[in-house]
Amino acid sequence: MFLNAIVLALREIRRNVLRSSLTILGIVIGVAAVITMVTIGEGATAQVQADISKLGTNLLQVFRGQGFGGPGGARMAAPPFEMADVQAIENEISGVAAVAPSSNSGAQAIYGNNNWQTQITGTNDKFLQVRDWALASGRNFSESELRAGASVCMIGNTVRRELFENQDPVGATIRLGKLSCNVIGLLEPKGQSGFGQDQDDLVVIPLRTLQRRMAGNSDVGAILVSARDGVSTEKMQKDIETLMRERRKIRSGATDNFNVRDLKEVASAFTSSTRVLTALLGAVAAVSLIVGGVGIMNIMLVSVTERTREIGTRLAVGAMARDVLLQFLIEAVVLAALGGLIGIILGLTAGAAATHAFKVPFVLNPSIVILSFTFSAAVGIVFGYFPAQRAAQLDPIEALRHE
Amino acid sequence: MTGMPSAPQPVIDLSQVTKVYGHGAGEVRALRGIDLRIFPGEFVAVMGPSGGGKSTCMNILGCLDTPTSGTYRFLGVPVGEMTADQRALLRRNYLGFVFQGFNLLSRTSALENVELPLIYRHVPKEERHERARKALREVGLTGRESHVPSELSGGQQQRVAIARAIVSEPKVLFADEPTGNLDTATSAEIMKVLTALNEERGITIAMVTHEPDIAAWTRRIVRFRDGTIESDEANAPVRTGA
Repeated sequence: MFLNAIVLALREIRRNVLRSSLTILGIVIGVAAVITMVTIGEGATAQVQADISKLGTNLLQVFRGQGFGGPGGARMAAPPFEMADVQAIENEISGVAAVAPSSNSGAQAIYGNNNWQTQITGTNDKFLQVRDWALASGRNFSESELRAGASVCMIGNTVRRELFENQDPVGATIRLGKLSCNVIGLLEPKGQSGFGQDQDDLVVIPLRTLQRRMAGNSDVGAILVSARDGVSTEKMQKDIETLMRERRKIRSGATDNFNVRDLKEVASAFTSSTRVLTALLGAVAAVSLIVGGVGIMNIMLVSVTERTREIGTRLAVGAMARDVLLQFLIEAVVLAALGGLIGIILGLTAGAAATHAFKVPFVLNPSIVILSFTFSAAVGIVFGYFPAQRAAQLDPIEALRHE
Repeated sequence: MTGMPSAPQPVIDLSQVTKVYGHGAGEVRALRGIDLRIFPGEFVAVMGPSGGGKSTCMNILGCLDTPTSGTYRFLGVPVGEMTADQRALLRRNYLGFVFQGFNLLSRTSALENVELPLIYRHVPKEERHERARKALREVGLTGRESHVPSELSGGQQQRVAIARAIVSEPKVLFADEPTGNLDTATSAEIMKVLTALNEERGITIAMVTHEPDIAAWTRRIVRFRDGTIESDEANAPVRTGA
């Protein structure tokens, strides 16, 4: 009986291709819109997540001043960290994989006739591990270079491009402001961060070199801590906060003059905001699905009127009311599902094109595909029921007489 | 006809059937106490002026409508007490219909049109095709299986409709002005098909017509007037154009 009705419905759809295509147009557009929007949204989310994970995995950043939302000026007013803080975290906090200090300065990098304004980061040999960064060539700082504050550096890919073009930089000597510096390593390109910043535009030198030769102090600007795999960064964040309050002699009740930022939190904040955006876009697109459903109802009603005589004939040759109901209902559902299918194909195509254009990854979300397909079929049932009910309630004699 | 008693039992047995439409002042008494029996193998023409009650009577006979009072027994079973679905099943299994306007599904091949009653009978596909082909052969339309109605002449369309009516091997075939839309020559063709079905296949046929030439083909003519049967007499077939 069910199979029969599907056969009849398919015959009906085939009988009037133009009307069928017009009927499903609304659903096609609705589903395509939902899929496209969600695909773009998911792509953006994936992009943000990838960007943040580029900064390093399981990374905690200890900054001075208050965190997000604190008074901006307080940041610089807060006392800086010292190397002793770095050692304390390394020795006293459990679950630490590596700790790297980080002080930044700016300088003009010069090689031959090329010069380039870049960021100088003073740190130790753990920096690469903490930032999950590999060397394209050359080597990391040695223990003695760090202790002595040697004039050595590792450069980012952007600096290499600007100063060396296609030459191998390792072994060359560049100038950073007044400091002559031997290039010992070239960092792998990391690309832009999620915030649009070029991460490869930097020169890394030993912290002691930066302190002595450029900054003229013994400050540590920030501390980067990476947790061992499987260690809870939440707990570690608490431990570091406790330790730093102790070391910075902050009385209980007073606010911190530093903050520990978990990149996972930042990532999840970004992710959730893009998720909300995706959901909103999806919801707007879903409205067009409902509109598509009204379109189906509209055309099905017209079709019932137009086919009144046909319905009469069917009733005369032995169709029961429920055969007619089922036929029209299944016709609506098959149409809607067909529309959904075409919409999914269109939406994925458009989504792939759009993600390509926006340079975000193309993420196929099977649940949204299944959901929108089911939803469009459901739209067919809901909006097809009323016309089908009408058709089924026709009186055979009246229907046969209908002109 | 298996399971039927050997004594002739009427296929159709109307007893004191009335049909009243509306009520109060607007009441229309379309049928005022009809008694009519049709036996297996008969070919009956139903005639009469418009409003005489012949269409109402045919609707009741075809189980599309129910009497207001009186009883209608089809193969001995009272139809008046049946639900709409039960009457649909009765039409599905025992009746065939041919209409004045052919009532074929447009943009649908002759074969698919003929198959329609079998679809509602859940006949499997292969058997459906085979039976529909056979029915089309019987009405002389071999080779036209894949033609859609718009590619067929009026006479051919009506023959498709007849094939559709007989494909389910009905006990009774109801024809409502089957030649009303056709010219004389084509009408004779259709009547030939119907006569052959009646005489060779033994299908009982009740046909409404207002053309005496057409009624003359049959063996019995029932005339309606003002909701009653005016006359009911045997007829020696005169088959013009045969």
